[in-house]
Amino acid sequence: MATADAPPLLELTGISKSFGGVAALRDVDFTLRAGEIHGLVGENGAGKSTLMKIIAGVHSDFDGRMAIDGSEVRFRSARDALAAGIGMVHQELSIVPDLSVAENVYLGHQPVNRAGLIDWPAMMEGARAQLKSLGIDVDPGERIGSLPIGLQQLIELARVLFSGARIVILDEPTSALSPPEVQILFEVLRRLRASGRGIIFISHFLDDILSISDTVTIFRNGRRVVTHATQGIDKGWVIERMIGGGHEELEESYVGAISLHSRPDAPVVLSARGLTLGRAFADVSLDVRAGEVLGIYGFMGCGQLELARALFGKVHASSGTLAIGGETRRLANTTDAKRRGIAFVPESRRAMLFHHEPVFKNVSIAVLDRISRLFVRPAEERAIAKGHVDSLNIRPGSVDIPLGSLSGGNQQKVALAKWLTHPPKVLVLSEPTRGMDVGAKDDVVQIVRALRDRGMGVVVVSTEPETVLSLADRILVMKKGRIVREFASETISKDRLLEAA
Amino acid sequence: MTSPATESGSARRPSAMGRVLRNQMRNIAPFATLIVLLVFFAVASPSFASLDNASNILTQISVTGIIAVGLTFVILCAEIDLSVAAIANATGILVAYLTLQESYVNIPNVPLPGWAAILVSLIACAALGVVNAFGVTRIGIPSFIMTLAMMQIGAGICALLVRGQIAYAVPDLVTTLGSGSIGGVPWLVIVLAVFLLAGHLVLTYTRFGRYVFMVGGNREAAEYSGVNVKLIIGSVMVISAVCSGVAGMLGVAHFGSAQQNEFDSYLLDAIAAVVVGGTSLFGGRGGIGNTIVGLCVLGVLNNGLDHIQIDSFLKILIRGLILLAALVINVYAQRLREETAAG
Ligand SMILES: Nc1ncnc2c1ncn2[C@@H]1O[C@H](COP(=O)(O)OP(=O)(O)OP(=O)(O)O)[C@@H](O)[C@H]1O
Ligand SMILES: [Mg+2]
Repeated sequence: MATADAPPLLELTGISKSFGGVAALRDVDFTLRAGEIHGLVGENGAGKSTLMKIIAGVHSDFDGRMAIDGSEVRFRSARDALAAGIGMVHQELSIVPDLSVAENVYLGHQPVNRAGLIDWPAMMEGARAQLKSLGIDVDPGERIGSLPIGLQQLIELARVLFSGARIVILDEPTSALSPPEVQILFEVLRRLRASGRGIIFISHFLDDILSISDTVTIFRNGRRVVTHATQGIDKGWVIERMIGGGHEELEESYVGAISLHSRPDAPVVLSARGLTLGRAFADVSLDVRAGEVLGIYGFMGCGQLELARALFGKVHASSGTLAIGGETRRLANTTDAKRRGIAFVPESRRAMLFHHEPVFKNVSIAVLDRISRLFVRPAEERAIAKGHVDSLNIRPGSVDIPLGSLSGGNQQKVALAKWLTHPPKVLVLSEPTRGMDVGAKDDVVQIVRALRDRGMGVVVVSTEPETVLSLADRILVMKKGRIVREFASETISKDRLLEAA
Repeated sequence: MTSPATESGSARRPSAMGRVLRNQMRNIAPFATLIVLLVFFAVASPSFASLDNASNILTQISVTGIIAVGLTFVILCAEIDLSVAAIANATGILVAYLTLQESYVNIPNVPLPGWAAILVSLIACAALGVVNAFGVTRIGIPSFIMTLAMMQIGAGICALLVRGQIAYAVPDLVTTLGSGSIGGVPWLVIVLAVFLLAGHLVLTYTRFGRYVFMVGGNREAAEYSGVNVKLIIGSVMVISAVCSGVAGMLGVAHFGSAQQNEFDSYLLDAIAAVVVGGTSLFGGRGGIGNTIVGLCVLGVLNNGLDHIQIDSFLKILIRGLILLAALVINVYAQRLREETAAG
């Protein structure tokens, strides 16, 4: 070779990968240099995660070549890749919920003392220090499954960031984080970059991609469309290459003022008075009105996730009352809530979906009690599921493939679909657009608006200001478990919203 | 699951076939084991491969099989029931306790008409199941611990009822079903077939069965979908107890006596049958079909080892090793699935 340049840290050439005859990647070239943050964007199902899983040794069966520091490698397992210095944070959390925070941070490489036993004090201390540098203050001995999902995500990040990997892959790492944590994460990434590591960063937040990465690669339908230096490109340029032209409206990032159209005269379908639950939230009162989208915005950990669960009977408030359609009720459990016309989509796909089951069973589970008394009716289930798959544009369009083979964003759509067959009176959505590409986010906005216009009361809980701003007719801001501010029938901007939180 | 991999140029992609195999591992492995055992014993012992012996094997697995049907429901929900053998024993003793015994049997029992004895026994075993269900779902005791306690309670009931004695008589209906036969086919085998069929139909075609699989597959997701998870788990504990109770009554008739500790080996056998058959210990995967294969493996193994004159102490060890191998395959199959379906 004539160039004086060192070979790139990671070089992929002619990568193709198909799942049972369906191509997920076609002839993709990809290069990552040391000291580079490489942003990866593309629609849901474009093949981003698949490429990353190839790099991280999860998929060992593919066509094409992969080289690290110029020498060809072929990983047979994720362990091989780890040994070669590749660390990946998967889109789906892969923490072990029943282990402690510290054990999760050190998963797979626990420090051992001279006797060969796990060195618990060192592990606790190390975990505490590492998390601290990410700005997280948790007890390393705590069971990780009992923490909010955003924290879990940060802890999983910590595991990979501090594992000493030379190539760090982050597949949508910020989806559960609120702005301050994203900034902390970016700080850490810049430090890693300065130390000469290569970082691949996947996100549907184009603003984030443009602000942190040095290079951007755009994927579409399993092909690499273009790779370009981040300098000199903007959001519109990216969107056009991601999903084609004519989507100018998607570019607006809600920096300008938005006017809210609340409906103070509409009947109240669900109301809470003085709801309190331990340390999670206190004295929350709110009204959900028919035909109105109520947004609840707050930073991660402000109690909004628990509040949403309390509205669905998943957790029980220790004091306060809930009234459904004017009638005061205590929701015994989720079945009770569902029967009373309340539906809920949690923020975590893992908590909502059945990975190994086919798509149609994932959709029909919520309506089985309506379409069957004693015996299941698979044909009808398939038909219902097919209807949603088509109307929500879920790809691939088959309802018989296992849910786990859909891309992350498409899984999220399935989670929404299951409640749409018999529209509930109140639909509570926690992070409804997490993990969705710009086009799909827009789809969700359209769906939610349509449901609202049919008279449904919708609650949207999110840590993403864009989500709340794009959907809500009225916004409540939560801070440390309390509602601190209400925006209704006025104009509001992202800045004002962030300020209030 | 459909297998879309076959038509897509398997010459270029030899692992496409491999992927299907990996996914179906939990179904293929037990079946292969069964075939290997059958061939082995048929070759090793001339007396093994006969129609008479086949009927023997079926009778031998019947009591275990009826217990295993209920246990399949429990394990599919990712729970466990360690009290099956104790409940079987207690119910078997109870039905004898409620039957008029010969004068030489020295038990202060309470004779009832046959139908009443059977009815009371069925209610009793269901009640024990309800206690299990209550402990697991309402109080929140892990099923492993709860049913361990129930195991002891069942043993206590047995001890109190027979006080170290042996009872013999059971109601006529139970005697017939447990030890009679019709047209050369033992009633016990017919009852097993009915239970297996009913279990299969419920799991495959009913809403309840679907919920069982979904709760086992992802309990949290089931709850978020509005499924009454506690009701489902409670129900499978009761189903398991009732299956055990029926197996206990028929078992007593089959053995010809009701006494303490009569069913002790059935706990391990029933769990082994379910797990060897490939029903996932993590819940959500498997079914009665798997349990049938598991029962056959166990039955063929137990019976075959008797045919090839082998040290009876070694026999115990061999059974243990086979069970271990099945557990390894079970857990390994789960991991393979997780890797292939990682999405
Ligand atoms: N394990 C699998 N089995 C079968 N098909 C799969 C599997 N994993 C991914 N696919 C398919 O491959 C394609 C690419 O999926 P991939 O997960 O890489 O998309 P993505 O770009 O990460 O999307 P998202 O932004 O939604 O996460 C999709 O069509 C998906 O359905
Ligand atoms: Mg992805």
